Amino acid sequence: MSATRASKNVAPPSLEEEVFPPFPGRGVDQVGLEERAASLRTRSWKRETKTAALERAISMTDLTTLEGADTPERVRRLCRRALGPAPGLPLPPVAAVCVYPALVETAVATLQGSPVAVASVASGFPSGQLPLRIRLSDTRAAVEAGADEIDVVISRNAFLRGDLSRVEDEVAAFKEAAGGAQLKVILETGELGTFDRIARAAWIACRAGADFIKTSTGKVRINATPATALCMLEIARDFERETGRAVGVKVAGGIRTARDAIHYLAILHETLGPGALTNRRFRFGASSLLDDLCRQWRKQKTGRYQAPEDIPSD
Amino acid sequence: METKDPREERTMTERRDGVHKTYKLFLGGAFPRSESGRHLTVTPASKTAASAQVCRASRKDLRNAVEAAGKAFPGWAAAKAMLRGQILYRMAEMCDARRAEFVELERRFQGARKDQAERDLDHAIQVLLWHAGWADKLAQVLGSVNPVSGPWFNFSIPEPSGVVAILPPERPGLLPLLAMLAPVLVSGNTAVSLSSGRAGPSALTLAEVAATSDLPLGVWNALTGDRKELLPHFATHRGFAANFCATDDPEEVRELRTEAADHVKRERFLPASPASFWRSRKVRDLEWIRSFTEIKTAWHPIGL
Repeated sequence: MSATRASKNVAPPSLEEEVFPPFPGRGVDQVGLEERAASLRTRSWKRETKTAALERAISMTDLTTLEGADTPERVRRLCRRALGPAPGLPLPPVAAVCVYPALVETAVATLQGSPVAVASVASGFPSGQLPLRIRLSDTRAAVEAGADEIDVVISRNAFLRGDLSRVEDEVAAFKEAAGGAQLKVILETGELGTFDRIARAAWIACRAGADFIKTSTGKVRINATPATALCMLEIARDFERETGRAVGVKVAGGIRTARDAIHYLAILHETLGPGALTNRRFRFGASSLLDDLCRQWRKQKTGRYQAPEDIPSD
Repeated sequence: METKDPREERTMTERRDGVHKTYKLFLGGAFPRSESGRHLTVTPASKTAASAQVCRASRKDLRNAVEAAGKAFPGWAAAKAMLRGQILYRMAEMCDARRAEFVELERRFQGARKDQAERDLDHAIQVLLWHAGWADKLAQVLGSVNPVSGPWFNFSIPEPSGVVAILPPERPGLLPLLAMLAPVLVSGNTAVSLSSGRAGPSALTLAEVAATSDLPLGVWNALTGDRKELLPHFATHRGFAANFCATDDPEEVRELRTEAADHVKRERFLPASPASFWRSRKVRDLEWIRSFTEIKTAWHPIGL
């Protein structure tokens, strides 16, 4: 049993439990979870390890722009950044570029022949408050435009009403609509309220066929937190133990510093083991994080703290 | 006949002991301990006075200070000149309000006589007022309207350089720090200072002045610690746009200048001693302000 599991719940069934019937063996001990996640921040990393961790974090980044003001030129610029995070530095490319469906074609054309994947948000991102028919058709449209990865949102409307089977069916439908593309399922943990619900939503998404479970859209007040990441990683670990299928985790929203990124890597390593330190199992959805990763990498290499303007940002 | 209440007496004794103060760093407007947990004991000038504990800043504290100063820079640089002047003026007011404390620190750690300490404080406050007055006059004096052959106005105006490293001498305590801080802040730069040894307590008391003077968070960050230990990190940090250093050690100058070349930093060096230099009118020098500004020239078409 993991340290973050609650002991047997002896309280009488609450309203919460009527809507979300007990989730055997997967109740989450919030205090233990948060303590454990926080304890992994204070480790000290030796210089070579830190340099390698920064490079690894870059290779796990989904460089993201999800703004109403995005234009093809802005996306092309982002793609060039994705291929070479800082001009002249021997850094790996990022894992993917993440854009809105309307800009997938631009990104695909710019990244053709490169190892960088194109991810598109879909399914009525970010709220998911659209008829399923439309959410499926925008998912298909993104795949047809050439996206390698699709980030869909679960319907929090259905989930919070307690209609869990609907959530599961929808994710399964998105999986089918995505075809060969990787499916990342956004739980929007900031809107779910408790770790129990996050664990449950994560489990449902895994069971319905998600390739990745993702914390947030980045569009609400509460984004990824280390405790949320730990909670979801534990579900991914348990799911793999039970079914043999590996599911990845993507943290998104509000991750801006190299120190944050390294903290997440420590949580990942401690939960899924060293073999999971790849971009097939873990991603950072971020934009400005890349600047700080490059800056800190250069600090490690040169021994000099870098000025913000030393790394050209987007 | 009045009888003495023993409880009253105890209260008096407790008051004499006071609260034992730990001098903490001033980072981003907060007063944290050093992340390293280290401290220095500052020994008093006379055997009868009490020593003080000040935080011994580490490389990482310096990094945090530069981050804070970098974040504060755009806001402070864009603040109206009048506002910057008013804030410096308020710092002078607050210094005056803490007169007794500053004088006491100079006596306790620098061994200054009371009248000398009083005069130094008066001088420091005058220097601060002098700089506060310059805030809304810099553009007129350092800037210009340039003649050009065409239908344009052509202006040159001073702008702040960025984050400035300030390395004041150890003595006398408060005066040199204020004399170096004011010309840096007045034009809109932000600063990280390192006060070493016996200058620590008065620097961190000045930080309490800054914290109650509406100086925006992070505009000035005060570190205390070991200068030998931190100087290389000050020198190599590319987040600094300029160095402002008072020293008599040619080796320190060499190190700062060598590393400054890597990043093409601005610099200004001052003598650390004698104390009479700091007590003279030489510390009111427009050139000190100019050293930490950049001149921007703008062309504007002349309308009909």
